[in-house]
Amino acid sequence: MAAKSNLRNMALSLTLVCLVCSGLLGVVYAMTAEPIRKAEEAKVAASIARVLPESEAQPVQESINVDGVDYTYYRLPGAGYAIISTVGGFGGPLSVMVGISEDGIVVNSVVLSHSETPGLGAKCATDVDFIDQFKGWDPAEKRLVVRKDGGDVDAITASTITSRAYTKAIANAVVVYSKLTENE
Amino acid sequence: MEILLIIVSAIFVNNIVLAQFLGVCPFMGVSNKLSTATGMSGAVCFVITLATVVTYLINKFFLVPLGLTFLQTIAFILVIAALVQMVEIVLKKISPSLYQALGIFLPLITTNCAVLGVAINVVTKEFTFGDAAHMLNLGEATVYALATSLGYGLAMILFAGMREQLSRNNVPEAFKGLPIAFITVGIMAMAFLGFSGIV
Amino acid sequence: MSKFGLITKGFLKENPTFVLVLGMCPTLATTTSAMNGLEMGLATMFVLILSNIVISLIAPVVPDKVHIPVYIVVIATFVTLLQLLMQAYTPEVYETLGLFIPLIVVNCIVLGRAEAFASKNSVGDSALDGIGIGLGFTLTLTIIGIVREVLGSGSVFGWKFIAGDGILAFVMAPGAFLVLGYLMVLFNKLAKR
Repeated sequence: MAAKSNLRNMALSLTLVCLVCSGLLGVVYAMTAEPIRKAEEAKVAASIARVLPESEAQPVQESINVDGVDYTYYRLPGAGYAIISTVGGFGGPLSVMVGISEDGIVVNSVVLSHSETPGLGAKCATDVDFIDQFKGWDPAEKRLVVRKDGGDVDAITASTITSRAYTKAIANAVVVYSKLTENE
Repeated sequence: MEILLIIVSAIFVNNIVLAQFLGVCPFMGVSNKLSTATGMSGAVCFVITLATVVTYLINKFFLVPLGLTFLQTIAFILVIAALVQMVEIVLKKISPSLYQALGIFLPLITTNCAVLGVAINVVTKEFTFGDAAHMLNLGEATVYALATSLGYGLAMILFAGMREQLSRNNVPEAFKGLPIAFITVGIMAMAFLGFSGIV
Repeated sequence: MSKFGLITKGFLKENPTFVLVLGMCPTLATTTSAMNGLEMGLATMFVLILSNIVISLIAPVVPDKVHIPVYIVVIATFVTLLQLLMQAYTPEVYETLGLFIPLIVVNCIVLGRAEAFASKNSVGDSALDGIGIGLGFTLTLTIIGIVREVLGSGSVFGWKFIAGDGILAFVMAPGAFLVLGYLMVLFNKLAKR
């Protein structure tokens, strides 16, 4: 049965197990590194395809600091910018990718991750009426604030805080866009 | 201000047992009596805070620079197991009375998923307190871990009080023991749902 | 116990949720829908089978005093393996189950089976034990998921049969505890017969 528990045996078996396990994991890590990178790229590419018009250009990832917050964005020459904007929602961080065309119009937006209440705030990821109202939104003409606060955005029923957060995410992206283009 | 938000959020809004479902097994296991519940809460509090600080540092100065973040799970659980052992040995030496109170709970804590859960959450998740989402720094992580474990203690002690009352009542046969306990926790969770959205 | 008994015991006699009452955290947290419950069950089963096999192989040569750390390293290895594979090939599932994939390490079912069964039995029996307990866990999680999805969203496996919302509380935290509590009552009632 079990080997004797002297110091040599214990150290030996622990070391051996750790070595074999880390070796195995190293191999699997090397094998899966490429598919994991591809899966992440595919997710980003799919989101960009939803928020910006079709383009032949390869998206270029860059980042910018606006008002002390770092934003990651993808530049597609000819199509516009896909800006990732994260704000505090009702249940936690709400991360939205916002596509803005080169003339400053919001093309579309898509939720990347959220922790809103299922069935209420979580609708911000699926409610077509809510999401589609931002399609073709011209920030110069309509105010990116929910109606309750005197703006032009129709909130999701019973989820004002989430709607406010989503709207804020888009408004932040618009600010990032104007920072990006002001020197051109 | 932000520290206050972290504390309120971790204790009430995102209570570790009632909203995040971490550490449910020991929560059910030792909440029969108020005294054991208090002892377990103390031990968990101590270990979660210590483990979070240590794993945070290991992640920041060892795993991330070496590109070994995929070993997070394995490294963290080993650190936690070793830490629990060490706490047990140290406690036995320097404070036998505290060891008497917490000692029997310590070995159980290694497999308490609240400890590993908080440690992993702190280094992988973005948090929002106020407006911008960001990763926690060491100070915030420590406060978050401490507040989370206080939330664990709060839920556990409240629940133990209720369970002591419950044991004196006549419960239908099929409900006896754990089923009625789970239903009670469900109602408690409903009450805690009232806190959501305040942070 | 017969080979067949090893596989079927997880359903009733040694049901990990209702009888052993182990692994409560993923049981409560990931059963917001039938599909999520099923996926979590299968992920746990993957780790359970592999760790059972390896532990039954190495148990005879592991010194007694360090057997728990050794088992934990073995289990953590398979969990990390699972994490990497899921990130690579099923990223959506990995994102939904989130934190609860790494937390399989501290799922008492896995370490419990290693300690109580795999360390004392042959490789074949340990593998069957992993399959049996894993199936029982998967089945239970799926059932809880179905109940919560039906009540909370008015659908089963994403197929919607009621327009509009269900009773939202069942998708949220309180519903998890309530459904598990009442299912336990039902289980006790039926098991008595």
